[in-house]
Amino acid sequence: MRPAAIVRVAIISLGALYLLLPLVGALEFALRMRRGVYSLDAFAAVFADHRFQDTFLYSCAQAVVTVVLGVGLIVPAAYAVRRHAPRLRGVVEFVTLLPLVVPAIVIVFGYVRLYGTSSFLPLTDSEWGANALLAFGYVTLSLPYIYRSIDAGLTSIDVRTLSEAAESLGARPHTVLLRVVLPNIRTAILSGAFLTAAIVLGEFTFASLLDRPAFGPFMQLLGANRAYEPAALSVVAFGLTWGLMVLIGTIGGRRRGNRG
Amino acid sequence: MGLAPFAAFAVLFLVLPTAGLFVGAFQDANGNFTLANIAGLATPVVANAFRESIIISGASALLGAVGGLAVAMALVGPGSPRVLRATMLTLSGVASNFAGVPLAFAFLATMGRVGVVTIILREALGIDIYAAGFNLLGATGLTLVYFYFQLPLMVLLIMPAVDGLKREWSEASAMLGATAWQHAWRITVPILFPSFAGATLLLFANAFGAVATAYALTGSFINLVTIVLYSEIRGEVLHDPNLGYALAFGMVAITGVCNLIYLRMRAFAERRFR
Repeated sequence: MRPAAIVRVAIISLGALYLLLPLVGALEFALRMRRGVYSLDAFAAVFADHRFQDTFLYSCAQAVVTVVLGVGLIVPAAYAVRRHAPRLRGVVEFVTLLPLVVPAIVIVFGYVRLYGTSSFLPLTDSEWGANALLAFGYVTLSLPYIYRSIDAGLTSIDVRTLSEAAESLGARPHTVLLRVVLPNIRTAILSGAFLTAAIVLGEFTFASLLDRPAFGPFMQLLGANRAYEPAALSVVAFGLTWGLMVLIGTIGGRRRGNRG
Repeated sequence: MGLAPFAAFAVLFLVLPTAGLFVGAFQDANGNFTLANIAGLATPVVANAFRESIIISGASALLGAVGGLAVAMALVGPGSPRVLRATMLTLSGVASNFAGVPLAFAFLATMGRVGVVTIILREALGIDIYAAGFNLLGATGLTLVYFYFQLPLMVLLIMPAVDGLKREWSEASAMLGATAWQHAWRITVPILFPSFAGATLLLFANAFGAVATAYALTGSFINLVTIVLYSEIRGEVLHDPNLGYALAFGMVAITGVCNLIYLRMRAFAERRFR
């Protein structure tokens, strides 16, 4: 190997090592729960904890609601902008990027103030209202990702021709949207959905400050009180993220394949 | 039309809540205009929190940017096989999304007082990092933890720009008699600089707004802007809501400027490549 190639491989290995070491550390630590031998006790304890099951299910439900709401809001908007108001495209794109500029903790602070107990719409006062507010917050957080996926999806199909073909056959606007546009961008929607799930499932700031029984605050609580379980949880969370990212990669690959 | 629900949502759950805080930042308890809250940002507790946040975010962003650039450039070299590149990019995608509470746990298990790496370093190599003053729950530790998601994020952000460097350019400059250093300094650096600087600012803003990792790692012991704001929202500190609004305003001012420069730099880089 030439010296330059050796340096290259060394740099990549160092980078990969830094990314994998904490994972190995967490795994080794989690396996140490039973004195003297490696065991899966920490994992068993985590999975058997009913709070794990409850909060994880709660966060899964939040993720599903977030994706449905987000897609329901963004697909019509992105479609309308392309079809009827191209001049507004920059504005819509700017709005969807705002959640990357305004930190999540600032947005949730705004919610607590605007929708808190003594406000004009006290959403945080009822269980139902607080759950809805959390879902709205998650839709806001995932706007950049859902919009980017859907926009890429719309770019890859000929929106104008498809719509005009459907309209000339007598389809109304909502039929065009539901039965022509939506099926054609379903892979783009799916990859946006998985990315959203990756964000929502372990989210801490919103859930904690809106006092919701979600997975993120549960993990934090467990970390403050236990030694080995958090490490096991960390490994599980990494596996989950990995799974979602691989899913996104496979979907993306298939989409490219179809187009070519 | 299709835009109406989206617009209504954005106004209700993004624009109004944030704008409300900004208005509050310039009001006293009775709703009159004042600059006292903004002046309050200079009080020692708050100013220290901003300084600590800027130092930790800045250090992790710079480290991540340099490391990420090095990895990205190593990935395009002739010596690196395709499999390695694909694996590293997938790993970067996962690691850049693996932040928050579980990341803090992983580092506690690895580099905490009884962490695996800490023990191996002590028993096998005789290096006691804690005796040497290292503290995972302090600024150095948090920088290392943030570096974990900054590094892969930089790889993903800078990869397109690095891929855009053409082999012909180095051949052309070599033919004109340039040394490797001259090529790096006069060609590669100017071409990559806008993308590099923009991405570094994005990493900074990314770390600056982070809450969960720091909170799960240290509780509310570390004095970061986000942690102060978190405690403020839970009603534990400051006892002055308007100062809290000013804090939020100050944060957005900083992340806003970072993002603005990032967008400028990106537009500049795209124009140059075209």
